[in-house]
Amino acid sequence: MRKLLMAAALAAGLGAGMAEARTVRWAASGDPNTMDPHSQNLGTVTMVLQQIYDTLISRTQDLGLAPGLATRWEQVEPNRWRFWLRDGVKFHEGQAFGADDVVFSITRAQAPTSNYGIFVDTIERAVAVEPMVVDVITRVPDPILPNKVASLFIMSRAWSEANNATRPQNTRAREEMHTVRATNGTGAFRLQTREPDVRTVLARNADWWGWSEPSSREANVTEIVYRPISSDATRIAALLSGEVDFVLDPPLQDLNRLRQAQNIRVLEGPEVRTIFLAMDLHRDRLLYSDVTDRNPLKDLRVRQALYHAIDIQAIHRTTMRGQSVVTGTFFPPQVNGYTQSEDVRLPYDQARARALLTEAGYPNGFGITLDCPNNRYINDEQICQAIVAMWARIGVRAQLNAMPLNLFFPKIQRDDSSIYLLGWGVPTLDALYSFQSLLRSRDGGQGNGIWNYGRYSNPRMDELINVMVTQSGEPRNAAIREALRIYREDVPHIPLHHQMIPWAMRSNVQIPHMANNQPYFRWARMN
Amino acid sequence: MFAFIISRIMQALPVLLSVALISFAMFAYVGDPVAIMLGQDYTQAQRDALVAELGLDQPFWVQFGVFLGNAAQGEFGLSYRLSRPVADLIAERAPATLELAFTAAALALLVGVPMGVYTGLYRNSWLSRFFLTFSLIGVSLPTFLIGILLILVFAVWLGWLPSFGRGDTVALGWWSTGFLTWSGIKALVLPAITLGLFQLTLIMRLVRAEMLEVLRTDYIKFARARGLPNRAVHFGHALKNTLVPVITIVGLQLGAIIAFAIVTETVFQWPGMGLLFIQSVGAADVPIMGAYLLLISLVFVTINLIVDLLYYAVDPRLRIGRGKGGH
Repeated sequence: MRKLLMAAALAAGLGAGMAEARTVRWAASGDPNTMDPHSQNLGTVTMVLQQIYDTLISRTQDLGLAPGLATRWEQVEPNRWRFWLRDGVKFHEGQAFGADDVVFSITRAQAPTSNYGIFVDTIERAVAVEPMVVDVITRVPDPILPNKVASLFIMSRAWSEANNATRPQNTRAREEMHTVRATNGTGAFRLQTREPDVRTVLARNADWWGWSEPSSREANVTEIVYRPISSDATRIAALLSGEVDFVLDPPLQDLNRLRQAQNIRVLEGPEVRTIFLAMDLHRDRLLYSDVTDRNPLKDLRVRQALYHAIDIQAIHRTTMRGQSVVTGTFFPPQVNGYTQSEDVRLPYDQARARALLTEAGYPNGFGITLDCPNNRYINDEQICQAIVAMWARIGVRAQLNAMPLNLFFPKIQRDDSSIYLLGWGVPTLDALYSFQSLLRSRDGGQGNGIWNYGRYSNPRMDELINVMVTQSGEPRNAAIREALRIYREDVPHIPLHHQMIPWAMRSNVQIPHMANNQPYFRWARMN
Repeated sequence: MFAFIISRIMQALPVLLSVALISFAMFAYVGDPVAIMLGQDYTQAQRDALVAELGLDQPFWVQFGVFLGNAAQGEFGLSYRLSRPVADLIAERAPATLELAFTAAALALLVGVPMGVYTGLYRNSWLSRFFLTFSLIGVSLPTFLIGILLILVFAVWLGWLPSFGRGDTVALGWWSTGFLTWSGIKALVLPAITLGLFQLTLIMRLVRAEMLEVLRTDYIKFARARGLPNRAVHFGHALKNTLVPVITIVGLQLGAIIAFAIVTETVFQWPGMGLLFIQSVGAADVPIMGAYLLLISLVFVTINLIVDLLYYAVDPRLRIGRGKGGH
């Protein structure tokens, strides 16, 4: 009898434990601009939206692919992918999920006002072949379509039409759209309160299909309160004083202090973002240099000399305080196509750098302006300062021109720079995205060379990128390997490192660190 | 009186117009909103379409004219950053800034005036010396540093007060107030001190100087000679006559408090208009910046007008035809 009572008490206790409210109070520096799932492709927006909206294919904790709203998918023809949808899923406002919603969401992401065009760039149209089966027809065979749809949020057609939100917000419009502040997804959390720039409260969606998945069985967060705190010092003070449980972007200079603090844990991991220098390889004379009769950067030896002169270990140790992964290529290992044998740097060697400069006809170096953002990447301006000092030792007189991102990006986008620092993330987690945007000759084709502001152009590289677009399997992998080798030999960029991202939290929070810098509270546990 | 008001309003119009022109011209240098709105992936065609959609391809004077025309109708368009009407955004944030500004001003008055009176009456007491030394901190330390220090002591070390935000608010119609909840009042303490400290020390030093001057005048001596109690002399006669310049300064400083709440709001993540403005600068959100700067210049102009009218009412020397003079 006593045993029975104890068991009952225990069961009651456990039951109470499960039902107990577990609120995680989360802070970061920026607030999402909008709640519209296809309007702004920014980390600060998706970090909240991915808690609310599901995708056809989900990401696993190591950024692999797993069934989401689609349980199965297959390339049934070269130009046709078929997705079999999950039964019994309901949107937060009660609408049943079906093929029609998928077709609608893909079409919506293709609208001119959408910011998610790159994830649907090869799609001609989507067709509902059965109530729970969708075919996606592409213009060219697209082997990485599953990687792309893993970033595409699925909305309800009925809800969007009822709220007059069948297209993402048009900025010229006078009226605010319903989707700017309201959501209706199928995801693990539903939006409860939205006060822009003040607080965003999400509540657990008990009906979510994924709670029974092994990765979410231990998850117990019932409420997420997100509050932006833009001042670094205040954000950290709020964490130390216990007003906040989780800080997505702790400033680097506070990490040591946080590690020593009681009840605070710092979680570190790599980010899918590579920092490198890109340069003008097109003009016959540089815009910002004291060499007036030619473009020194067109000479491979000069590029190699600038590369050899960089003491990347010093940057890693001092500037980044160990929080970087030094690299000789331009995307990290999490990206499909990464090849270890091509990830080799030109060694730090000042003598060699000086010899190369002399050989190229610049025994006394030359002057150049280095453009650099000062609020976009981790320690961006300090990295540039270190590089300027290192180049000075081989006689290259670089002038640092550091500026905020809203001045920096328009400047490089006008091709108005001779050499600049850039960081590049890979949302599709496939090498093609980086090659096509950064190294493909600009010929007006969709996505070709749109971030190739140095106007690097190599016919062989273009051919290999075309292979990556159309082929799959081994021929595609071989093309990626060869392109990486060309990248290493041709030095179109001077690679520096992959960014590491620290997350800081109170020690009772357990959450897997993600290389896409997105916290997934469906996997989080509060003790 | 009526003609006076009209003439002041006529003088205010060119001020507003030039603020609008200067702020609008500055927007060309804060960056390119299009680059921020488009994100990482776009085509040239998309970019051109957005530029045309926002009217950014028009000549400067055309853009300015459109801006003025809309502003005159209270129409500031949609925020580029938040895709919401600018007027709504500012109306949502105004209560937070106004409550903070008035609390800071009240604090500065209620603490600054007694401190000034005390230091004026007892010039050599150790407490007066302490107040004067302390007031140097308020004058010399920058606001953000005071804010961070207060956060460190009262939020991180002692854990008494929240380090950021506004606490829970209660909606009274469209006005959201933090005065009605305990967490709202607690959240108000540190930002109000940070914002009000400079004004507090300013008022204290002003009252002290005025008190010292007034206490030397003949009518105070006469009052003492007549045997009036100290209390009546100090507060009934001396303090009353020091308050005229104090009222002026407080009025003028109230505009400054509202306008310069930007720093305090950023440090404490106080969801007011100043924070909204700073975030808009970061995103080159021209509609919000324009509306905010116009609003602030309107506040300054209005407060100046009210102060002028107060002068008119309080100081008999300003009234035409009654040139009597004297304290």
